[in-house]
Amino acid sequence: MNRLSLEVPVARAVGRLARATGRGGGTSLPGKVLLRLDPDAIGRLSDRLSGGSAIISATNGKTTTASLVASILEGAGRRLVHNRAGANMAGGIASTLLTAARRGGGIAGDTGLFEVDEFWLDTVTRQVRPGAVALGNLFRDQLDRYGELETIADRWAALVAELEPATCLVLNADDPLIADLGRERENVTYFGVEDDAMAMPEMQHASDSTHCRRCGAAYRYDAVYLGHLGRYHCPNCGRTRPAPAVRAERIQLHGTSAATFTLATPLGSRSVRLPLPGLYNVYNALAASTLALALGVGLDAVVAGLERAAAAFGRAETVELGKTTLQILLIKNPAGANEILRTLALESDQLDVLAVLNDNIADGRDVSWIWDADFELLATALRRVTCAGTRAAELAVRLKYAGVPESAIAVVPEFSAALDAAVAAAGSARLYALPTYTALLALRAELTARGHVSAYWREAA
Amino acid sequence: MPEASTLRVCALYPDLMNIYADRGNLLMLRRRCEWRGLGFELSSAGLGDPLDGDAADLYYIGGGQDRDQERCAADLHDEKREALAAAAARGAVVLGVCGGYQLLGHAYQLADEELPGVGLLDVRTERVEGPRLIGNIAIEVDLPGAAGAILAGFENHAGRTRLGERAEPLGRVLRGHGNNGADGREGARAGTVIGTYMHGPLLPKNAWLADWLITTALGDGAALAPLDDDLERRAHDEACRAAGL
Repeated sequence: MNRLSLEVPVARAVGRLARATGRGGGTSLPGKVLLRLDPDAIGRLSDRLSGGSAIISATNGKTTTASLVASILEGAGRRLVHNRAGANMAGGIASTLLTAARRGGGIAGDTGLFEVDEFWLDTVTRQVRPGAVALGNLFRDQLDRYGELETIADRWAALVAELEPATCLVLNADDPLIADLGRERENVTYFGVEDDAMAMPEMQHASDSTHCRRCGAAYRYDAVYLGHLGRYHCPNCGRTRPAPAVRAERIQLHGTSAATFTLATPLGSRSVRLPLPGLYNVYNALAASTLALALGVGLDAVVAGLERAAAAFGRAETVELGKTTLQILLIKNPAGANEILRTLALESDQLDVLAVLNDNIADGRDVSWIWDADFELLATALRRVTCAGTRAAELAVRLKYAGVPESAIAVVPEFSAALDAAVAAAGSARLYALPTYTALLALRAELTARGHVSAYWREAA
Repeated sequence: MPEASTLRVCALYPDLMNIYADRGNLLMLRRRCEWRGLGFELSSAGLGDPLDGDAADLYYIGGGQDRDQERCAADLHDEKREALAAAAARGAVVLGVCGGYQLLGHAYQLADEELPGVGLLDVRTERVEGPRLIGNIAIEVDLPGAAGAILAGFENHAGRTRLGERAEPLGRVLRGHGNNGADGREGARAGTVIGTYMHGPLLPKNAWLADWLITTALGDGAALAPLDDDLERRAHDEACRAAGL
């Protein structure tokens, strides 16, 4: 009897049971069961993919980057096995493979595309043995769960050192921690932003890793684009940002709807209209383009895939709620939140916002990070903000101390009531929901219960 | 009318010792002074900068990543120890949070080296094998004029800190781990020098402590004008609930 022939149906039955009993999408449970039955299942199942696999990791932008890559690859005729719903630890990836597995050693797809949690990157990569790995950025995130940034950077460096030489590495030149991973390697393609008009006047508060890892001197930035991403050099030992082969130039940001830029690559340049907002999504598009090129996709297919992209789960997607249009923008750490706030501030000075701060394990139990995010950007831009979630009041305090008038702040911890209050206050205006991760799941469940969107695990199938 | 007082705050290594959003504490102090018509001045002293022990009423040092804490420890010990001791001796407030707390003690013993401390608190810290002490925490403090008050926050530290004979704890652990997860004590205090593992934005969850620090640092005995603290009280209650109180 062939290995996995018994485990696969057992684990699948668990997933059906989880859905039937209403226990969430069951997106990672079957995979966890499978891994219990066969710890090597990820490797065995991904070996069935004839076109190999690609892996994406980053603190911010994993899900969106993967969805952009999916759009490109599917347009180029690849059939993907992709953890689209964002379950990105070993259990979620095993579940994705499980869903695609077919009797007799087959699999429904030719190419694996996996976004992987930062903490699980080494474990999953060792099993999948991908043809290409794209690493986008490392920001402060959930320190209670992940430990310090440099610990993750060290783990990633150890992983990169053991990758087979043929593995393509796609790295963000603008993030010093990421750029350093490719210094000693062949077969690396760097991407980066080259547009002085995008530079910020000063570093944001939550900036990390602005010191040279080789000699310890403070990096000097010639331009700061986003958090600690930018053009930098070490004034002491002379280390510089690697020259990116794939670049975004002449960038224009169009509020919360889109961004346009020139994509410059070794195969030529094209102008791109990306239907996703903000400079952070330009970075995601750069990572996706560079990875797709590394996988052998042509430039025209890359551009077509980017322009066809739809917002990923909770990442700038919109939902119609009667006369209110709800746009959902996940916030989960200072760097990501800052980009959302920067994008919102460009949009209007009369914003209606529903901000939901939870402190469950998947959000990070520690909500300190909201004091690193630059909510000051919204100080004079909010018409009404409704604060909800398990730490609604601390978020309200954050906004108050950021300079938001107290009269514009409402605290409604209970989620469903908060949604009602925020929608009623917004009327026919657009309502921006800024949920943390578990709040995003709760929001989707609430909207589904009200008949507005289909459950994400069904979309993900 | 007497001229309004000004609170002068000096942040030590604000670009390195800031990992858990320590700037939230400085923002609390600033706003709560401004809303009362008090002046607020913020200065900073980084690596290699001289420290003026007369230039501030409150000195703040937060937490950092290991490598940054190591660099700051040497600088604090070699360049700033005397000025900080002089400031404490004249009654300035010195507040060390998380990694900053560890550096206010005698030393922080790591696996293969010892980081020097400035010895303003009679405590020693050791990194031990075993899990980091992480989670929501609530303590009952014993501060002049605030006996029995509750502080709620979050801790995340690998070091275990033990008090010497001359140190008193900042408070008694009600929920969470505290200094070492064993003796039920949290933080340390010697006069106006305070250290605590309740990291990052401690003051937003405990507005009363922000006011206690402002009053103590100004040292003029004047009562602070009350503020509308409805949201701050709700945030405090929320943090207490998160800790299990």
